[in-house]
Amino acid sequence: MLIYLRKRILSSALPLVVVIVGVFALARMTGNPASLYLPLNATQQMRDEFTARNGFDQPLLVQMADYFGGVLRLDFGQSLRTGQDAAAMALRAFPATLQLAATTMVLAVLLALVVGCWAALKPNGIADRISSFVSMAAASIPDFWLAIVGIWVFAISLGWLPTSGVSGASAWVLPIATLLLRPFGVLVQIVRGSMVSALSEPYIKLARSRGAGELRVVTHHALRNAAAPALTVAGDLTVGLVNGAVVVETIFGWPGIGKLMIDSILQRDFAVLQAAVLLTAVAIFALNILIDMGYALLDARVRPVTARA
Amino acid sequence: MKTAAEQAPAPRSGTAGIPPGPARAHDVVLQVKDLAVDIRTHRGTVRAVNSVAFEARAGETLALLGESGCGKSMTAKALAGIMDPVCDLAEGQIILNGTDLAVLTPKERLKFAGPELGIVFQDALTALNPVYTVGTQLGEAFRIHRRLNAKQAKAEAIDLMKRVGIPEPESRINSYPHQFSGGMRQRILIAMAVALNPRLLIADEPTTALDVTVQAQIMQLLRKLREEGQMAVVLITHDLAVVAEEADSVAVMYAGNVVESGPVSEVFSDPRHPYTKGLLESVPAHLERGAQLKSIAGSPPELHDIPSGCVYQSRCPLVQDICRAERPALRPVGPPVAQSDIQPETQPRPARAAACHFSEELNNV
Amino acid sequence: MNSPLTEPAANQLASADHPGTGKNNDKREGKLSLFRLLLKDRFATVSAVLLVLIGLTALIGPALMGDLATKQNLLFANKAPFSFAYGWEYVLGSDSLGRSMLARLVVASRTTFSVALPAVAVALVIGSLWGVWAGYHRGWRENVSMRIADVIMSFPSLLLAVVVLYVFSPSAGNIVLILALTRIPIYLRTARAESAELQSRTFVDAARTFGARPNAIIGRHVIPVVLPTLLTLATLEFCYVMLAESSLSFLGIGIQPPDVSWGLMVSQGRQYLQTAWWLSIFPGVAIVVTTIAANVLAAWLRIATDPAQRWRLSLPRKRMIARIPVKEAKP
Repeated sequence: MLIYLRKRILSSALPLVVVIVGVFALARMTGNPASLYLPLNATQQMRDEFTARNGFDQPLLVQMADYFGGVLRLDFGQSLRTGQDAAAMALRAFPATLQLAATTMVLAVLLALVVGCWAALKPNGIADRISSFVSMAAASIPDFWLAIVGIWVFAISLGWLPTSGVSGASAWVLPIATLLLRPFGVLVQIVRGSMVSALSEPYIKLARSRGAGELRVVTHHALRNAAAPALTVAGDLTVGLVNGAVVVETIFGWPGIGKLMIDSILQRDFAVLQAAVLLTAVAIFALNILIDMGYALLDARVRPVTARA
Repeated sequence: MKTAAEQAPAPRSGTAGIPPGPARAHDVVLQVKDLAVDIRTHRGTVRAVNSVAFEARAGETLALLGESGCGKSMTAKALAGIMDPVCDLAEGQIILNGTDLAVLTPKERLKFAGPELGIVFQDALTALNPVYTVGTQLGEAFRIHRRLNAKQAKAEAIDLMKRVGIPEPESRINSYPHQFSGGMRQRILIAMAVALNPRLLIADEPTTALDVTVQAQIMQLLRKLREEGQMAVVLITHDLAVVAEEADSVAVMYAGNVVESGPVSEVFSDPRHPYTKGLLESVPAHLERGAQLKSIAGSPPELHDIPSGCVYQSRCPLVQDICRAERPALRPVGPPVAQSDIQPETQPRPARAAACHFSEELNNV
Repeated sequence: MNSPLTEPAANQLASADHPGTGKNNDKREGKLSLFRLLLKDRFATVSAVLLVLIGLTALIGPALMGDLATKQNLLFANKAPFSFAYGWEYVLGSDSLGRSMLARLVVASRTTFSVALPAVAVALVIGSLWGVWAGYHRGWRENVSMRIADVIMSFPSLLLAVVVLYVFSPSAGNIVLILALTRIPIYLRTARAESAELQSRTFVDAARTFGARPNAIIGRHVIPVVLPTLLTLATLEFCYVMLAESSLSFLGIGIQPPDVSWGLMVSQGRQYLQTAWWLSIFPGVAIVVTTIAANVLAAWLRIATDPAQRWRLSLPRKRMIARIPVKEAKP
């Protein structure tokens, strides 16, 4: 198990390294980093001062060493706007996003399991229609537009829910509903598909021939097999969830990492953007490891061969 | 296959003097009458299995013999009630110990699945759920039908593994299917089928995917379990040698139809259908070196293209106008003269039947 | 993969579809029946027609609209839609500057298409060729390619776009490039898998024994087989790319004013949600209609181009209902 994990960690770490190097490369590719870090209307004197202070006149290798040192120490410099430590700002925004994302994912998984199984058992039934409608909607409706329709209907017209903010449970409804659509739509289709194919496997037939009833066939035999493909796409879904979080947080004024990123772009605050992007990359990396562990727990075949008794 | 052949009881040939077995030996356990299965396809409904009839008796093996695609596996699945969703049981009766399974709802059939009827599949790797240990899967029948708890079910599972000859069952019980060899997996599959001592065991090509040496062991195991439990075994196979060694009676299937049935020794020594005859002649059993090996010319008809007359007409050397016009029914054929006078009346043996207009003339060809 | 409704015998029947017909004959029949199959599926037909209409609008609509989309007319500011009182151009209402909503939607459709189509095309060509090449040669070429794809895929595309568009200016060209870059792995993975499977097949071996060069084999034997799958994928990807462009534009790092795309229109209308809901809602409806049409068509294409599954389309609907209780099936 440990060997397996180490292998997975190493292979998952590759994208992380690429991101770190990529951010550095992008920052240097544009010539003078001052044009990146400083606001567009900065004077020449400010630029010169900035270049000297941050060592951008040093050789590239020295700069790179500095940069990696900074990344390891979580030192991305200060925010140009607030003067605060960029990493601290990113870390402070992180829990808000995590709460939102975790709640959404748990809901999405539970809903997808129930609706997906139900749809697989009764092809062309109500649940099947719901699941194909939701997945079609998930692939077709832009999340930002859904959020705006939600605000228009439930906040402005009906006045049931607040348009933004984090105060109270009602503030969670619209952001989660918006964020939920895509993972739910994808997962429900995956669960349905893998349930349908699991249900046609010989081992299901055999379970039926042992007298296993419909409920038992689903909950004991098919579900666990169907869960593995769902877990496989979970990685892609989290990646997509970050995209969604950026949009949703911007619209609903959710003080998370997505909003921080967009704000720092619009204010040209590169240090904060960098910290936020790298923190997100680390979070995705950690999650992929968790998913791999879950996969190994679920299906003995991917576990490394242990000595047989 | 040698060992199996040596230990196999000689196929009974309808002679007197069979030692009386346990109480219910030779009772008819399963009676299939006029079974028909339809498959729905984009080109309309086709009949994959048509007016199939046979009987299986306690402590005996009935072989369903035929080429691939002849409907023998479909018949097995219909018996076990695990047909694919595109298939329908169109007609017929499946009478298992007096209950017609064909009229039961899927839910009602669950009571029979396990205690009355078990099935063994060909490919043990896909027939075992890869994400559960074999112990869990072996114990499931006990948990469902006897409502045992996990611990009791595990004990039963270990017993089962011992019964089918898996070494070190106590430690292997927590292994996953992919950690066993093909032969061991097949044993596990058999163990699952016989867990609740069913009256009827359906074995769907149980040895096709295995090495020849392992095949013999598996057949031997099936035989042992049959004797122990006085089960009726329906053995589905395309292997004439397996039929000759293992089965008491045989039903030969061609293009979804039973074309000939009866005790193995009689059918094989005196085939009454040109297809059976052709099959037997294609076996290189008693050929001289260098002699031409016969084979049946042509190939079976496609399911959507089955002719209206006799199903075998396109390959039959005896084909006449009547064969193209009228499909011969499966009707009793008289036993050969040599054996008819010693036929005992006390123990009704499975009657011989063939579906050919010229079954009587076949000997003279 | 085991599909739910296929069944060995049924499959056999499907594969024996055209016994005896020649190869050329088969091909013509295939094309003809593909069109006929489309007409048979109501939803797919409607989607195809819709897509053609929207495409035509993007192509010639802006010319027809002239300067309507930019002409300000404060007398007609914030007019509600569905009223012919102010002339046909205000049937979908107007914005706070009195610009015709209809005209702006038509002009924006061109921007949206002129980003999405090139992005899909670039990703399709590069990703497919790369994937087919990697899958054909296997070995290190395959490994390296797959790792690159993994790296790109494991990073949120929006973040990548955010960083790149921060460094470079958010012009239409840059958006096309970044969207193409993030979507290349999709084609790469699919094309690699298909081509790796194909290169082990007998007909490729046969070509190899004739001494055909790898590139010739790829061009003549592998790509034609893989192409239907990839084109189906591209239809699906068109939706994704369109949504991504809309998201970027909505966030203010995509299409920049005075250009206008549907996503940007939603964003611009946001602040008038209370007074003029149509400013945000209509462009969104335009996006949704287009993506749903493309999705439906892609779903249909996926089945129609798969010979093993095509029979389903000709299957009457209610027959696809699985598991009919045995009792009911009895006559």
